[in-house]
Amino acid sequence: MEAARIYQRIKDRFGEHVLEISDHQPDPFIVIDPASIEEVGSFMRSDPELALDCLSNESGVDYKDRIEVVYHLFSYSKRHGAVLKVKLPRENPTVATLENIWKSANWMEREIFDLLGVIFEGHSDLRRILMPEDWPGFPLRKDFVEPTEYHGISTVRESPIIRLDPKKK
Amino acid sequence: MPLLNTLPDYVLTTKTDELLNWMRKSSIWYMLFGLACCAIELMHTGGPRADIERFGATPRASARQSDLMIVAGTLTLKMALRTRLLYDQMPDPKYVIAMGSCASCGGLFQLAYSVCDGVDKILPVDVYVPGCPPRPEALTEGLLKLQEKIMAERWLARSSSNGVAAA
Repeated sequence: MEAARIYQRIKDRFGEHVLEISDHQPDPFIVIDPASIEEVGSFMRSDPELALDCLSNESGVDYKDRIEVVYHLFSYSKRHGAVLKVKLPRENPTVATLENIWKSANWMEREIFDLLGVIFEGHSDLRRILMPEDWPGFPLRKDFVEPTEYHGISTVRESPIIRLDPKKK
Repeated sequence: MPLLNTLPDYVLTTKTDELLNWMRKSSIWYMLFGLACCAIELMHTGGPRADIERFGATPRASARQSDLMIVAGTLTLKMALRTRLLYDQMPDPKYVIAMGSCASCGGLFQLAYSVCDGVDKILPVDVYVPGCPPRPEALTEGLLKLQEKIMAERWLARSSSNGVAAA
């Protein structure tokens, strides 16, 4: 099934929960209301026409005025794919987890939480996955300021060219 | 009458320090420890072509049995704390080789938020081996440089003067 028909099928089913359908090429996407993500996700997986049984990627994007979570879905039986997006406020971004629908969401949601600070409600194990547990802030946010030291380890290194040049002392 | 001629052929004479150093440099056990892509070259260095085991260097799986830590790869800040812990577990005397650009100064990832810019920020480094990654020949050269350094040490003088090494 083509992406446009997939999105139309979701639009027919959920109506006002679909905020935007884009035919942007080569990756058309659909934006839905964050509050209905679980229903829409469950429908996309279980509907026999869509059968999107694989969440191949889940990622987060910081657009300075909002944070988006992007879901890339694929169907092994139908050989088609779909892209689902939700837009979240930058202050306290919160969305329901899709871990119960696609198991692979577990670690990917942990990564988005780790790097962008999106809270996935209902997640079974929402801990940092890459950064240390005591890391301050969310490093992929546009306004993240790198700390000057971590546990007494300085995070800046002077250029040896400056150090060796007597004129720049 | 020189002493040498009075001894039988099977007796060798040397200085105690040199004997200790020679034994120590001929059995540098390095920790089986790799952080990133440099670890692949580290494995090659222990393999049959470069074969640093001919210099007595053999990998040990425990920090508590190792003399040498070869920091092979990008050191993240998260790993830096663990690396320091492993270094503290090693018995004295202990040595560190910073293998490759990342371990020496952060390399390609120096400006990344998660990377420690060089292992010398947390440990004393004896030999830096440049390269990205260094070839097994380069790491072997680094090991030979470390052996030279070990041969220059003076252990007896150090123990007799309250830990201060004689020049």
